Amino acid sequence: MFDYAWLLFAFPALGALIILFLGPWLSQKIVGWIASLAVLSAFGVALALFASLYALPEEARSITITYWEWMTIANFSVPAAVLIDPLSIMMAIVVTGVGGLIHIYSIGYMDHEPRYQRFFFYLNFFILAMLILVMSNNFLGTFVGWEGVGLASYLLIGFWFAKRDDQYGWYADAGKKAFLVNRIGDAAYLLAMFIIWSSVGSLTYAVVEETAALLPTTTLVFITLLLLFAVSGKSAQFPLYVWLPEAMAGPTPVSALIHAATMVTAGVYLIVRTGHLWDLTPIVAQTVGWIGILTAFFAATLAIVQVDLKKILAYSTISQLGYMVAAAAVGAPGSAIFILVAHAFFKALLFLGAGSVMHATDGVIDVRRLGGLRHKMPQTYITFLIGAMALGGIPLLSGFWAKDAVLAGIAADGAFLIYSVGVVTALLTAIYSFRAVFLTFNGKPRDMHVYEHAHENKLIMVGPLWILAFFSITIGWFNTPFALAMEEFLSASTGHQEHVGLFLELVVVTISTIVSLFGLLYAWARYIRGEHWTLTLASWFAWLQPALDNKWYVDRVYDAVIVRPLAAVAGWFARVFDPKVIDGAVNAVGDVTVDAGEAVRKLQNGAIPTYAFSIFLGVVVVLIYFIFAG
Amino acid sequence: MNNASLELNIVALAPAASMVIFALLVMAVDVFARGTRTQPVRAATPWVALLGVLVTAGVCVWLLGQPVTTFQGMAILDRYSLGIAFVVLVAAGLSILVSARYIPRVNAQVGEYYALILLISAGMMMMGAATDLIVVFLALETFSLGLYILAGLRRSDAMSSEAAMKYFLLGAFASGFFVYGAALVYGATGATQFEQIAAMATNPATDLTFIYPGIALLIVGFGFKVSLVPFHMWTPDVYQGAPTPVTAFMSAATKAAAFAAFYRVFLVALPSQQAVWGPALATLAVLTMTLGNLAALRQSSLKRLLAYSSISHAGYILVGLAAGSIAGVEASLFYLLSYAFMNIGAFAVVTLLEKQGEMDADGARLRGLGQRKPLLAAVMAIFMFSLAGVPPFAGFFAKFFVFAAAVQGGMSWLAAIAMLNSAIGAYYYLRVTVVMYFNAPDAETVSEVKSNWPLNVGIGVALAFTILLGVFPSLWTTLMESGVVTALALR
Amino acid sequence: MVPLTWYLTLAAFMFCSGLYAALGRRNAIAVLMGIELMLNAANINLIAFWRYGVTPVENVDGQVFAIFVIAVAAAEVAVGLALIISVYRNRKTLNLDELDILKG
Repeated sequence: MFDYAWLLFAFPALGALIILFLGPWLSQKIVGWIASLAVLSAFGVALALFASLYALPEEARSITITYWEWMTIANFSVPAAVLIDPLSIMMAIVVTGVGGLIHIYSIGYMDHEPRYQRFFFYLNFFILAMLILVMSNNFLGTFVGWEGVGLASYLLIGFWFAKRDDQYGWYADAGKKAFLVNRIGDAAYLLAMFIIWSSVGSLTYAVVEETAALLPTTTLVFITLLLLFAVSGKSAQFPLYVWLPEAMAGPTPVSALIHAATMVTAGVYLIVRTGHLWDLTPIVAQTVGWIGILTAFFAATLAIVQVDLKKILAYSTISQLGYMVAAAAVGAPGSAIFILVAHAFFKALLFLGAGSVMHATDGVIDVRRLGGLRHKMPQTYITFLIGAMALGGIPLLSGFWAKDAVLAGIAADGAFLIYSVGVVTALLTAIYSFRAVFLTFNGKPRDMHVYEHAHENKLIMVGPLWILAFFSITIGWFNTPFALAMEEFLSASTGHQEHVGLFLELVVVTISTIVSLFGLLYAWARYIRGEHWTLTLASWFAWLQPALDNKWYVDRVYDAVIVRPLAAVAGWFARVFDPKVIDGAVNAVGDVTVDAGEAVRKLQNGAIPTYAFSIFLGVVVVLIYFIFAG
Repeated sequence: MNNASLELNIVALAPAASMVIFALLVMAVDVFARGTRTQPVRAATPWVALLGVLVTAGVCVWLLGQPVTTFQGMAILDRYSLGIAFVVLVAAGLSILVSARYIPRVNAQVGEYYALILLISAGMMMMGAATDLIVVFLALETFSLGLYILAGLRRSDAMSSEAAMKYFLLGAFASGFFVYGAALVYGATGATQFEQIAAMATNPATDLTFIYPGIALLIVGFGFKVSLVPFHMWTPDVYQGAPTPVTAFMSAATKAAAFAAFYRVFLVALPSQQAVWGPALATLAVLTMTLGNLAALRQSSLKRLLAYSSISHAGYILVGLAAGSIAGVEASLFYLLSYAFMNIGAFAVVTLLEKQGEMDADGARLRGLGQRKPLLAAVMAIFMFSLAGVPPFAGFFAKFFVFAAAVQGGMSWLAAIAMLNSAIGAYYYLRVTVVMYFNAPDAETVSEVKSNWPLNVGIGVALAFTILLGVFPSLWTTLMESGVVTALALR
Repeated sequence: MVPLTWYLTLAAFMFCSGLYAALGRRNAIAVLMGIELMLNAANINLIAFWRYGVTPVENVDGQVFAIFVIAVAAAEVAVGLALIISVYRNRKTLNLDELDILKG
């Protein structure tokens, strides 16, 4: 079977090519189905690979297949090779499985869209890039996929580029922000790769793993810090998370696939894949643990106050990614991948549910205008509720086991402070999950016009919801504390096998259960019954309101730390810098560099004497340097 | 000159000689066509020139193997010089394809154009082969004088002649510094041959007072040709004013030739002074890439945009020299080759966007091109992605190798700055794609594209290699290591 | 015998005069003349270094270099004057400050 592993890439590539070249002559349905079939076929290949891998004895479960010598330059060579091991195959299954369902859903969701070929082309391209990312056996191949998914994400966020509204501004600008932030992370990744190459002499994961222990600590710290930057860009962690809420400007299936289930988890995958490096640098790993859990906490507080259903889910995604990053860094990589898998299912389900609502209400997504939709859209309601229960950590659903595994792993690692922040975050998670459900589907309709208009969607959209809902419940059963099947399978790749003591496990499970049920109760009492005690409780935290409204002042800090100094430099440079109120730090960085460019342009006045004088000045400076340095 | 072998080794001159012979042939064809006034014969000149390029490429492949010196060690035929020759030939060949239907519109005297392209290429190849300051100077002037003429090819056009004037005066000015610098280096070491200079420079008995100002002035001369900041200011104006195929040729081939000699002078003749020139070149590299990128953000003319982009690329390539290692040299060679394909490809697309009678295109002409001309837009997008350094295109590996060489050479800070710069750079290349795909077509947009088959072949070849070198970068390195080629070469 | 430094000083003086003309004059022909002075200053250097240099006088590198520089300078002037005529035909001026259509 392993000889056919290339089919995994061939199917999405073929799908993309067919759509690119024949798309204009095919009907919308057929294009959608070609794209979906391509991904589902890849899913079949992934499953077959999984079965073959599973049949092997545990120590043999790591297959490298080299296709060609990718590049050789000055005694440096990198193969074009795939690594088939439990970790990569698990990721491939999630990417193609969830991806396939989202493709099918999109056939229904994008049915009014004139540029559907392009949409499906991008989606297939994304799947291909994501598979390259997870299957490569070296840093460079992963980087190629890493850039590819970034490109697909950028193109899809700006898919409705001609649209503009109060929330996102020009939709094309939201894509730009995502792209620029990710470029910073990519630069860090590249630099990390260069340092690895110059110190280890190879970019293959296996070789790096073997030799990492021989490296000096400073080098390792540099590498992991740079990787941390790369991860926080791609996986939307502090301080580079700012692009993900904006990314919701893209079509909802895109938010589900790229900005919830797969692409944003690439950073987590990278940490797990390079786990041995983090094990050797406990200080950085601790830092990452804190960054992850604090990101989880702060994003959860922001999710509670959002009024846009997709924004709630976006902050929730940042929060859940925080859990994954924390778990991956502090030495529970198996549970990090477990929550990654579970999250892929239930978060995709929630996003598709939100998309279903949008489709039915003609784009209304503000929870203040929704309500009572359970009568109109019963199937969406039930599946969405299942997703919210999984996210909120209601016992026996996948989210419960996943969160429990993460928290138990962190606790077993002795990081009790991180653990306690994690528990508080779990409470917040339960509250905002059910708030989203209750405000959207329960209670009385708040906008009758929207309510009248709403309707249940066709099977092609509801079907994937049910399948995802089924897995949102059951996927956790593969990895209960009693039988850690998934983590055991993964341990061949991660090298970690978490053993949590029975007593600790019981305590953790009990606390998790209480917390999630309390969250459910609170949300029910407040958003359905409107009971007084909930408001009293909320009023204790009223002093936080301004901070939450300002997104914890992060944008202002960006402004003060990055934008203002740059603006000052540019002002000195251009002399005519116009201090304007800028929303969004990253856009401002763009503006500042553009102003500097304008100043350079003015120097270029077209006269030969000026140019000659510039050369002369250069001569003088270079001469002075050489006379004194020599 | 006295202690080198007296063997002439004419074979080492074969590539340049072959180009000169074909240049003469082109002129002969042209003269014959003038006599008979037959258009078909006249139209053959580009194909004779292209044949010359192909034959020379064949000669180069045949010659791959052991290094051969010639003229008592004043020039050498080795892997490196042949590599540069390949880059120059690629640039010349692609430019001839782009020019075939373009140049007759610009200037009626076709023959001299192709003859000049071949002669300039011969000069550029000698730049790569030179191992003596005298030869470097001669080769530099050979190709520069030709380029001055080509820039002003459209004699009736105010912009074209202004561009030629600027290029000529500033170029001659920079040459003045170069010769003075070469004289000072000669004064300090008593030699013009690189290896003798190196031997004298390491000899403790040598008085090195004059060598440092000499090196400084050599940097000025090379810096002008490869457009390093602050010697770059001619670049955007000349690129914009010159006929587009000339700009395409100039951007790729001049860079290759000038960097070739730049590298050889500093790494072969002056390695012992690396502690001094290394930081200076690193600083120039940073200045160059930053300023090029910043200025490019604000350009509306596509040719000026690509001109500033070429300045920033010069900065990236210089990183490889600042690293001062063999890895840096090989990386730069790969960079120059990739750059030739992707940049000439981009310029070739620009020729399609130009209005009748103009030799430049405004960025506005790209608006909504994705809807009007999907194929052309996709091709342009790939060239832009490659220039921006997005994998898996050639431009990515070019940057990758160079930056990796810098890190390996202990210049991580330089690599970090270069990467941040390439992040800024991505912005304006991306803006081109954004305009093509995310803007609606309007009155400015190109509505009719008058393509022709030579141009299409040129774009196709450029595109194919932009992708191929990204997917199989080892193609080039294998060719140069000549595992396959020596078998072919039967030597 | 006149010492080497005198020649070098003369050459430096000539180079600076040429530089001054190239930077200060606005007429294209005057600028070209300045550049020729710079090249000839280099020639004086080359010959002086050959005569007084570290290698014996039998090694004629400096002379050869100087002859090549003279030849190249002649070719340069030929091309340059042709370009100057071409510009003058288009613009009816040789004032470099007025040649500024291309900028930005």
